[in-house]
Amino acid sequence: MKVLERLEKIDRRYVFILILLAVVIPLLFPINFKIEVSEPVAMLYRTVEELSPGSCVLFSFDYGPSTMPEVYPMNLALVRHCFSKDIKVIGIALWPEGVQFGNEAFRVAADEYGKEYGIDYINLGYKAGGVVVVSAAAEDIATTFPQDYTGRSIEEFPIMTEVKNFDNIDLIVSFSAGDPGTREYIRIAQGRYGKKVGTGVTAVSAPAFYPYLNAGQLQGLLGGMKGAAEYETLIQQSGLGTSGMDAQSIAHGLIIFFIVLANVFYIAGRRKK
Amino acid sequence: MSTDPGVWIAAFLTMCILSFLYRDNPFYRFAEHLFIGVSAAYWAVYYYYNILQPNLIDPMFVQGQLLLIIPLALGVMMLTRLFPKVGWMSRWPLAFIVGTYAGYNLIIYLQSDALDQVTATLVSLVQVEAWQTLFQHPSFVNFLYAIGVPVVIMGVITGIIYFFFSKEHKGVFGGLAKIGIWFLMVAFGASFGYTVMARISLLIGRVYFLLHNWLQLI
Amino acid sequence: MKKEVPLIITFVAGMIMIVQYFVPHWPFSNLQQMFNNWFLIITVFALILGILNLLKNHIEKVSRRRKGWLYSIVLMTGFMIMGVAGFVWGPAEGRPFDWIYWHAHVPMSSTMFALLAFFVASASYRAFRARTAEATLLLVSAILVMMSRVPLGSYMWSQLPLIGDWIMSYPNMAGQRAIMIGIALGVVSTSLRIILGIERTYLSGK
Repeated sequence: MKVLERLEKIDRRYVFILILLAVVIPLLFPINFKIEVSEPVAMLYRTVEELSPGSCVLFSFDYGPSTMPEVYPMNLALVRHCFSKDIKVIGIALWPEGVQFGNEAFRVAADEYGKEYGIDYINLGYKAGGVVVVSAAAEDIATTFPQDYTGRSIEEFPIMTEVKNFDNIDLIVSFSAGDPGTREYIRIAQGRYGKKVGTGVTAVSAPAFYPYLNAGQLQGLLGGMKGAAEYETLIQQSGLGTSGMDAQSIAHGLIIFFIVLANVFYIAGRRKK
Repeated sequence: MSTDPGVWIAAFLTMCILSFLYRDNPFYRFAEHLFIGVSAAYWAVYYYYNILQPNLIDPMFVQGQLLLIIPLALGVMMLTRLFPKVGWMSRWPLAFIVGTYAGYNLIIYLQSDALDQVTATLVSLVQVEAWQTLFQHPSFVNFLYAIGVPVVIMGVITGIIYFFFSKEHKGVFGGLAKIGIWFLMVAFGASFGYTVMARISLLIGRVYFLLHNWLQLI
Repeated sequence: MKKEVPLIITFVAGMIMIVQYFVPHWPFSNLQQMFNNWFLIITVFALILGILNLLKNHIEKVSRRRKGWLYSIVLMTGFMIMGVAGFVWGPAEGRPFDWIYWHAHVPMSSTMFALLAFFVASASYRAFRARTAEATLLLVSAILVMMSRVPLGSYMWSQLPLIGDWIMSYPNMAGQRAIMIGIALGVVSTSLRIILGIERTYLSGK
């Protein structure tokens, strides 16, 4: 029993090392597990597929570096998907750090598909105020976002000539790491203006979005890095999401092993008492 | 290995923060404080370029929308909070923010998070398609899907009963509240599972940076 | 002046937002749009207040040589460098601001949160015990969801992803919806109390 007690009170730094190895080894030596696509992800993919070329979607970059490995791959995958279908993309951000990630996704995908800033896509930058920003933009984008993220008037850009408010937007996708984010779009854009809203959220917040999905308030839901990996599978362009799935699998297995082991010690200890 | 000095700086800062896993140390504290300072300046720059300039300075001083003097004055009043003697003035802009949020929230929460959710719960108890699938291919999983809607209705009602604290949780009411707790436990378990997933993903992102961008091993 | 005016402002701002929802025409729609624009501006001052407060505290810490004042200098140096890069060259791609963002801000911020992976693993080992029936239910749900959400799960048992989907879409969804409705009713009643001036705690303090 002394061995069990010792193991139960093991220095947590040993646990840290094991977790690090569970992530490093599969990244160095990939297993390439097959990724199965879940229905919430397929729903969003189908929604984008149904849009015709020339349609206009609004992407909201509502995340920052703290959740980059989860949300950025989704963001990039969706931008790639839209560009591949000649769909125009307008980017805005409810988080200041989101602007830079939106730019990066645009830059990577624009190089691949030969898209031009101001014609095929634009980044209108960040506004503070969450729900108020969404409500204001729904009525009048130009008043809310008179300039792009660098300070150039939006009148200079051809993409904005036909887009006045949410009436001219065919789909809204929020890449969200919390509030403000997807909920604001559900409550205002979907709830009040009846717009189609899809989302890519961090895994932490994904379970709380299932009621919206079930109620038809969301057109699709990507949850965490797994959601990104599934979308990458659908568009057949792998990225960080796909690369991370082996490590994710092994690390989950290890944590479950920890939980089971700790409970075996706990039950054994209780029986002894 | 990368030859980009930027990648080396990023790797150094990553290591500084990871060093906290061993114990709190000067490298971690250095990176922690640098992070806060850089973040604050990042926000300040975006507040200026993305809000103050396009929504206040240019419309007011270039296009002559003089009514914007009101939010400017309220904004400056907000800053009086830094000075205790006149700090009470910040209540005016705060009242505007709180009032606006309250007005919005009252309506949108009621519609999207209450009424729409109730509507989505009140659906047919028998999902014909799911039961047909069960009879054609009897299995435990198909059975779960066939009873899905009654499970949801039961879960939502008992979950709400659990949150109803004006009546003591006893008798039938207490029994239903107990079932509500079970549903909440399953939901919390799912949230925990997803939280683990999220945290591991963040670590994968950093390890990927170190192995791919910095060491170029993958 | 100190109490009455803020209460009137709260009432007017709140009521306009409510009324314009039901009457989305002139004058309420225009008032709403004007108030929305004002809101963006006022909110940013609140955020600037946060930054100024942070700097004030650290300047005080340095001037009084309080414990850890050297780190406060690091903080202010980081602020100055990033601030100068942003205000002098702007935030556009390829500028110094953008470079610092990608090579300092992003790695520090994302690593800070990546640390949580280690702590969640350690907590799973040390604190996640099946002490009661409810705790066991939580534990089983967590394990099933964790395994079903990764490719390894479907290799172990092909039905596991379907079971994971079922947990997420039915019992989890029901629990989350109950919580959501409870929160919504709480928010609605609190909002009403704020607009009517019954709830005034936000006016406390200087």
